[in-house]
Amino acid sequence: MAETTVPIQPESSPAAAQKKASSGALNRILKYTLVRTIVLFITVVVGIYLTILIANMGGHVDNIRKAQIREGLAVAVGLSDEFRQLTPEMRRQTIEALALEEERRIGLDQPFILRSFGFLKNALTMNLGFAESMSSDSGSRTVRLIILERLPSTLVLFATANIFLFFLSIFAALILSRNYGSVIDRFVVAMAPTSAAPGWFYGIFLILIFAALLGWLPFGGMVSAPPPESKLLYAASLLRHMILPTAAIVVSTVFLTIYTWRTFFLIYSSEDYVEMAKAKGLTSRMIERRYILRPTLPTIITTFALTLINLWTGAIILETVFNWPGLGRLLFRAIGLFDTPVIVGSTVIYAYLLAITVFLLDFIYALVDPRVKVGGGGPKT
Amino acid sequence: MNWLRGTLQELRKYPTAMLGLVVILALVLISAYALITIPYSEAIRLWRGGEEVVRDYPKNARPVWTNYFTRTKLARSYILDSREEDGEAIMRVTEPESSFAQKEETIIFSIDFEYDTFPQELILYLNGRYSEKQPHVSVTWETPDGREIRIGELSAGRNETYRFNADQRLERRLRGVKPEIGLFAVPESDPPVPLEGTYRLKVNSLLFDADDGLDARFVVYGQVYGLAGTDHRRRDLMVPLLWGTPVALAFGLLAAVGSTLTTMIIAAVGVWYGGAVDGAIQRITEVNLILPVLPILIMVGTFYSRSIWVILGVVILLGIFGAGIKTFRAIFLQVKESPYIEAAQSYGAGSWRIIMVYLVPRIVPLLIPQLVVLIPGFVFLEASLTVLGLGDPVLPTWGKIINDANNQGALFNGYYYWVLQPAALLMLTGLGFSMVGFALDRIFNPRLRGV
Repeated sequence: MAETTVPIQPESSPAAAQKKASSGALNRILKYTLVRTIVLFITVVVGIYLTILIANMGGHVDNIRKAQIREGLAVAVGLSDEFRQLTPEMRRQTIEALALEEERRIGLDQPFILRSFGFLKNALTMNLGFAESMSSDSGSRTVRLIILERLPSTLVLFATANIFLFFLSIFAALILSRNYGSVIDRFVVAMAPTSAAPGWFYGIFLILIFAALLGWLPFGGMVSAPPPESKLLYAASLLRHMILPTAAIVVSTVFLTIYTWRTFFLIYSSEDYVEMAKAKGLTSRMIERRYILRPTLPTIITTFALTLINLWTGAIILETVFNWPGLGRLLFRAIGLFDTPVIVGSTVIYAYLLAITVFLLDFIYALVDPRVKVGGGGPKT
Repeated sequence: MNWLRGTLQELRKYPTAMLGLVVILALVLISAYALITIPYSEAIRLWRGGEEVVRDYPKNARPVWTNYFTRTKLARSYILDSREEDGEAIMRVTEPESSFAQKEETIIFSIDFEYDTFPQELILYLNGRYSEKQPHVSVTWETPDGREIRIGELSAGRNETYRFNADQRLERRLRGVKPEIGLFAVPESDPPVPLEGTYRLKVNSLLFDADDGLDARFVVYGQVYGLAGTDHRRRDLMVPLLWGTPVALAFGLLAAVGSTLTTMIIAAVGVWYGGAVDGAIQRITEVNLILPVLPILIMVGTFYSRSIWVILGVVILLGIFGAGIKTFRAIFLQVKESPYIEAAQSYGAGSWRIIMVYLVPRIVPLLIPQLVVLIPGFVFLEASLTVLGLGDPVLPTWGKIINDANNQGALFNGYYYWVLQPAALLMLTGLGFSMVGFALDRIFNPRLRGV
């Protein structure tokens, strides 16, 4: 981020060159995206493999699988006619013998290193079997379904909060960089240290003020109970419930983000080409858009990726505090019930979510930064 | 030490940083106070203690100071014990001649009640000393307006507990009003209003032997208790509030020092060996950046151990390849070219010697700002894990209080003090360190100095 190349000025380039450049740009973005996809996929694989190692050192993954085999066999034996005559003791022995055979068949008797790759494949495809004690709202015990059912609520909350955060911060940072040294500017700088606290922490205060003391907004949950019948009312109720958690996420990072981005804007607006543009007599709006915002965006997106990674971590507890029926709350309940498959599954889905978040930002980065080329390193150089 | 003095001098230019330093100093003093006044074993005993530790504390009582801010004054607690006689509140009247027994004795407890709410409950503990026959006790209640209410009669064993709330007959005698309300209410008031003034509880005992005696303890459980209040298990919140400070500071500091030092060494190794080693370290850093840290910590907490030391170890491990590597690497790349490194090489210093003795110490001045910046994050991480119910099962910490409060619906039920006190301390810690960290960042990062 230290290098400062003069950006290509679009108005000066001829039409033909532009066409060639745009097809080149497409190529460049595609190649860059492909490389980043591979890198991020490797990251996910490493993360999930680590998860498996951690979970398995206590023998938990093995236990899941063994329990699954026995559960399946017990059902099969219970249903079939040929075993009906057996005494319970003999039936148990039969199940045990069949289970051992089945374990040998799927390789549970093999060394862990070999098996861990099998687990890796299952985890990557979210094929995690059945939950021990939890079930989805629709009644399914499949870990994949339990998790997928919770995914939308997490995504709705998180996406809304972060899009809001991003645009709010950009505009506020631009305004502050214009009014550098003003009262508001100094206020934001002074408030920046408050971002040391995570979102759930501010959530507690927001609940205290707006739900407990003032009674304006609900304490938690996603829609009021019972859920409203009409779609419009449902959306209204959802919005009302979303205000506080969104605000908590935004408040917990907005000051630091604005402060950092305003500093970037200030650094970039002291570049020579900005002075040059001013000398040419361009309007300040134009200078801001073309000469300040444009070269700063890649840096901003890089820092935003780091912010988002932190926010994902905080989201788990934020959902717990707000009783938001998302992945974080699911993970919290799974901890309470000691439901290993769901805990492992949640970790896997968080690994995916983090990678996808970073991937999306990388993609945007490639779009806005004309300097990006394959091998030139990702945004974090 | 010169650079330290210089840094302090620079810091003076930032008023927020000075404020942060004051906060940090205050927290350190609180920690020292906690460690000295409540030794570790005592803290654990008070926090995990059973009946005998908490039996005199009211349940979910607010801190005493809340009375200064509210118009309705909440009833405080009274603990009166006849073994600690003081003329005013506890009196003992002995009548040696009695027609029914060897002697007759009356213990009178008086309380000055000037509050707007009723107490939570009333309990009378009786310890009879007798050779053959248990002392016969009759209890009466005297209100400020001169009414006398018969509470009940019982024979006092060696360890007798009389709960006013559980006495159905007393409740019937008070016309169906709960004793803790009926005994203190203005007669015929609806809704019941407490009557202010001096109340007396007379414990009259008939003793059947010359050596017999009776000790009584009268506890009025109020709505407020102590400087920090109590929780749903009657524990005094002062213990975890005080003890949470050293735990939070130690966790934050150790995690920050551990991860920063290892990060520095890894960065130095990467720069010194270069090539594939450097490449590998950089790739690992990129992967590490996107690992779901909290879910991994959660798994360690659920599957292995919730001990704060294990969690600390994992936090440091996950922090080794932290984002700091990039910064340190950039500095090491410059340092590596310095002539003194070349000199060291020429006299035959080995790679490890150069890394540990010549490279790493060069950026130790950077250690302090880095530490200060990292500490609040780790303090909140520990609190976060505890709020999820994965805290150390033994230690009293701030996160534990918030966790309990959250599980008991403290905000919903109006027990704000329960959440606000630990939250305020967490906030102070976070703000204190990050205010200093911000200033240090500006001092050490000249690019930011102008803006």
